[in-house]
Amino acid sequence: MALLRRGVSRRAFLKFSAAMTAVLAMPLSFAPRIAAAVESAPRIPLIWLRGLSCGGDSQAFLQPTSPAIGELLVSMLSLEYDEALMAATGADATGALANLKQRFPNGYIAVVEGAIPTAESGIHATLGGRPVRDVVSEVCAGALGTIAVGSCAFDGGVSAAAGGLTGAVGVGRVISTPHLVNLPGCPVNGDNLAATLVHYLTVKEFPPTDGLGRPFFAYGGLVHNQCERRAYFEFGEFVQSWGDEASQKGWCLYKMGCKGPQTFANCPTQKYAESSSWNVLAGHGCIGCTMPGFWDGMGGAYQRLPAPLPFLPDVSSDTIGLALTGGVAGLAVAHGAASYVRQWRVRSSKRPIHPPGPAPQPAPEPVPEATAELVAEPTTEPTAEPAAEPAAEPAEEPTPAPAPGLASEPRERINAVDAAFALGDVATPPDALEGRPLAGDTPEDAS
Amino acid sequence: MTRLVIDPVTRVGGQLRVEAELSGGTVGEAWLSATSFRGIESILRGRPARDAWLLAQRVCGSCTGVHALASVRAVENALGLSIPKNARLVRNLITATTLVQEHVVNFYLRELPDWADPAAALTADPAATSALARSISDWPNSGSDWYAAARERLAALVKPGASGPFNKAWTGHPAYRLPPEASLMLYGHYLEALDWQRQLVRIRTILGGKSPHPQTYLVGGMAMAPEWGGPTRPSPDEHPSARHSPPPLSQIGLADIDALLTTAALFVNSVFEGDVLTVAAHYPEWQQIGRGIGHYLSFGEFALADSQPAQLLLARGRVMDRDFAHPRAIDQESVAESVDHAWYEYADVHDALLHPAMGQTRPRYAGPALPYSALAGFDKYSWIKAPRYADDPMEVGALARLLVANGAGNSYARSGVDRVAFKLERGMDALFSTVGRTVARAIEAQLIVARMGEWLRELVANLAQGDLALVNLDAWDPARWPSSAAGFGLAEGPRGAIGHWLTIRDGRIADYQIVDGSTWNGSPRDNRGRPGACEQALVGTPIADPNRPLEVLRTIHSFAVCPACAVH
Repeated sequence: MALLRRGVSRRAFLKFSAAMTAVLAMPLSFAPRIAAAVESAPRIPLIWLRGLSCGGDSQAFLQPTSPAIGELLVSMLSLEYDEALMAATGADATGALANLKQRFPNGYIAVVEGAIPTAESGIHATLGGRPVRDVVSEVCAGALGTIAVGSCAFDGGVSAAAGGLTGAVGVGRVISTPHLVNLPGCPVNGDNLAATLVHYLTVKEFPPTDGLGRPFFAYGGLVHNQCERRAYFEFGEFVQSWGDEASQKGWCLYKMGCKGPQTFANCPTQKYAESSSWNVLAGHGCIGCTMPGFWDGMGGAYQRLPAPLPFLPDVSSDTIGLALTGGVAGLAVAHGAASYVRQWRVRSSKRPIHPPGPAPQPAPEPVPEATAELVAEPTTEPTAEPAAEPAAEPAEEPTPAPAPGLASEPRERINAVDAAFALGDVATPPDALEGRPLAGDTPEDAS
Repeated sequence: MTRLVIDPVTRVGGQLRVEAELSGGTVGEAWLSATSFRGIESILRGRPARDAWLLAQRVCGSCTGVHALASVRAVENALGLSIPKNARLVRNLITATTLVQEHVVNFYLRELPDWADPAAALTADPAATSALARSISDWPNSGSDWYAAARERLAALVKPGASGPFNKAWTGHPAYRLPPEASLMLYGHYLEALDWQRQLVRIRTILGGKSPHPQTYLVGGMAMAPEWGGPTRPSPDEHPSARHSPPPLSQIGLADIDALLTTAALFVNSVFEGDVLTVAAHYPEWQQIGRGIGHYLSFGEFALADSQPAQLLLARGRVMDRDFAHPRAIDQESVAESVDHAWYEYADVHDALLHPAMGQTRPRYAGPALPYSALAGFDKYSWIKAPRYADDPMEVGALARLLVANGAGNSYARSGVDRVAFKLERGMDALFSTVGRTVARAIEAQLIVARMGEWLRELVANLAQGDLALVNLDAWDPARWPSSAAGFGLAEGPRGAIGHWLTIRDGRIADYQIVDGSTWNGSPRDNRGRPGACEQALVGTPIADPNRPLEVLRTIHSFAVCPACAVH
C-alpha cells in the first residue's frame, strides 16, 4: 500500500516483483513474498560513489527492465548520494556523506562504480580535494553492505589493465567490510543490480556469491552453456569469417574469438535493456567482461580460445562421454602446467610483482595456445584477485604483492570450477563443487 | 575578491572541480579542473589494433559508441579501408541514437535542476499546468490529472524530509525565476524523460548488443549480419533465434527499431524543444550570458554517401569570431595539445603544442598535497590537456555543428535555426550563449531523429535489394598489413568533436592519442595562458549568492562537460 501512495500502480509493481523473481532464478511462487517484503520495507538509503569510471554503470542503472528507473527511485531506493543525478553540488553534495550512521540508524547501502587508484596517495581521483579512496573506505565501512558495480569496481577493470599508471584496484582491495558483493560486467547489467537490491530488501542479506563475490543468480552459469547458439557449437557449425553464410544463419562465434566458453554471466538469458539484445545476438563474440583481468587474461578479442571440447560434427552421446573424459584428462595436464607456473612464481616471489612507479608496461603477449587457457592463471597479473577475502586484505598501502602461493590458491580452485563448467557440467551448481577435490587438483591425483 | 569552489560539480560524468574569482558580483576568472585520470592511452599501447575500439570506447559510458566509432575509423584510415553501405548506415543509426539520447538526458537530468526550482513545482496548480502545456504542444500526457499525479510523484522526492536526488537542492534560490506551473511541466517531463530514454536506448541495444558500450563494430564494418536470406524472407519464425529477442537485421528487429524510433521522435518533436524554449523565454538575459570564445569547430558527422571524401549531413569546418555565415575548411593537421597547465609533462620536445600523432601522455601531478582546499597559486591545475586548433581555443558540440552546418548551407540546420531564432528575443544572436547551447541541442535532436528514419528505410531497402555486406574484410588479417601505419579517426559525439590518432606497428598499437569534445570545452589554460571554452564562458556570469553559485552550474552544464571523457 505504501507503494500505491508513492504513485506506483499495483499492476506495475506485481510485474516488477515477477520480473525480479525471474532474474533471481527463484520459483515464481516467491513473487508475492518479494512483493510483500518490498512493499512493507522502508526505502533503502543508497550512496553511489564513483572512482575511476566512464559513467557507464550509472547509465546502466538508468535502464533496468522493470521497474522503470523512475519507479525504482520512488518506491525502493532513496538515492542519498549520486553525483550523476543529484541536484546538490559541491560541499552540499559531499555533506550528504557526513554522519551517515547517525542519519540512517537503520543503515544504508553503498554502491561503488569505478576503480580505486592507489598510486601516489590516490591523486588520480579526488573528490572535494580528498582521495576518492578515503571517501570510499569511510562510506563503505559504515554500510550494511557494499555493491561493487561494473568491472572497474570489481578488479580495477580497464584502469588496472596492463599499461595502467594509476595503481587502480577493485573496491574489495581498499575496504575491509565482509559485506561486499561484486557485479562485474562492462557495464553492469542494470537488471542484476536491481535484483541484488530486491534480494537485500526481501531477505535482508545479499544473494549467495561465488569465491569472487559474484552472485550465483547472475554469474553461476557459463555464457557458453546458456547461449542460443550453443547447438551450433555442438554440431561444429561455426562462423568462419565475418559476414559469411554461417554468420547470417547465426552459427557459433567460437572461432571468431568468442570468450563465452570461459565467461560466467547471465547475458544470454537476461540480455540488456528490457531483454532487447546481447552481444552475440548482435553478431559479435563475448569479450569476457565479467571475468577478473579480462582485458589482459583472455587473449585478443578475436583470438580463438583453446578448445573446451574436441568438436566433431555428428558426435554420439557415447563419443561425447569419451570426449568429456578426454577433456578432463586435458584439464589435468593444463592444471599441471599451471601448478608448475605457480611453483615457479613462488620461487621467484622475491621479485616484486607490481613494479613500483608509473613506468608504462607493455601489454602482455596474447596467451599462447600451448598453455591451454582452460586454467587461465599463468599470464594474469595478481591484480586480478579482488575480494577473494576482502576481510583479510590489509586496507592500508597500495598493492603489497600478496604471497603468490597463498593468494593464488582460491583462484586456482575457481578456475578449476570454471573449467569443469566449461566441460559442460551444467547441472552442478558451482557451490556444490566447493570444497570437494576436483579432478586435477594435483598432477598426481589425475594420473 | 571572493573565491568560490565547487567540488564535486555534480551531474557531469566523472570528477570535476571549478574555482572562480568573483569581482563585483560577477565571475572575473574561472578555472575548470578534472580531478581524475585513468590513462587509457597508455593502456591501449601494445594491444592488437583490431581490438583498439573495444578498449577505446571505455573512455565514456554516457556518450557511448562514439569513441568506438572514432577508433575503428582511425584503424580503417591507417589501412586505407572503406566500409560497405550497410555498415555506414548502421553506424549512423547507433551514433544518432547516442546523440539524441544524450541531448535529451542532458537537458532534463543535468540542466533542469539549474533552471527550475523543484520545490516551486510542488506549489503549481495542475489545471493551470495542463493549460500551459497544451498551449505549447499536443503531447498527450498533459491533462490536469496527469500533472496532479506527476506532482505527487515529485513530492515523494522533493518534500522537506524526503530524501533522494533533490535532497539539499538549492530550493528558493533567488536566481530561479520559472513560475510554478512551468516548473511542474518541466519536472513532469523530467520523470517522462527517465522512461523515454530507456525506450530510445533499446535501439542502440538491438543494434549494438548492449548499452552502454555497444559491441558490434569491426575494423572494416560491423559484426552483425542480416538474417539468412535477408530481412524480407517470407517466414521469420523458422529461425531458432526468433524465439528469443530478434537479431538486429532481421525483419522483426528492423521493425522494432522503426517502432521505437517513431515513439522516440514524438517526444523529441513535441516536448523537448518546447521545454527548452520555455526556459529560454523566462531567462532572456541568459541569451547573452556565457557567450564564450566565439570560435566553433566541428569535425562533421553522418556520412550520406559512400563516396570519398564523404558527403556529411553535418558539415566539417570551423566558425571564427561568430562569423557563422562564412565557415572555413579544417584539417586535422592543425590540432595540437598543450600541457603547460595540466598535470603532464612533455619529454624531449621544445614545442609547447604537440599534434596528437606526435602526442605524449606522461602524467606528472604538480598540484597541492592531498587533501587540499584550493588549487589557487598552482600553475598546473587539471588532468585535462589543452587542445588548440591552429593555435586557437575552440568550442565544440551541438552549437558548433549547427553553426557550421548552417553556414555550409544545410537546409535542415538552416530551417531549425530560423524556426528557433524567430522565437528567441535576441534572434540568431541568442545562440551564442548558455541558453543557446541547449537550444542548439534541441534543434539538432529533431534534425537527427528525422534523418534516422530515412537511414533505417535506406538500410532496409538496400538489404532487400540483396546487398547483405556489412564488413570489408580486405584488411582483416593483420599479416597482410604494412609493418607500420598511422591513421586518424574523426567523429562527432554529443559533446562535440572527437579525434583518435594512432600508429600501428606489426599489427599492434604503438601510440594512441585521444582528443574528446570535452577536452576542447573543458580545456584548462594553454601555453599562452588563454582559457578553454568553458572557462572563458564563465567570465562575466552574475552570482546572486556566492555561497550557492547556481549560475556557474548553468554554463558548465550547457557545455555538458564530461571530465571522464576529457581526460580519459
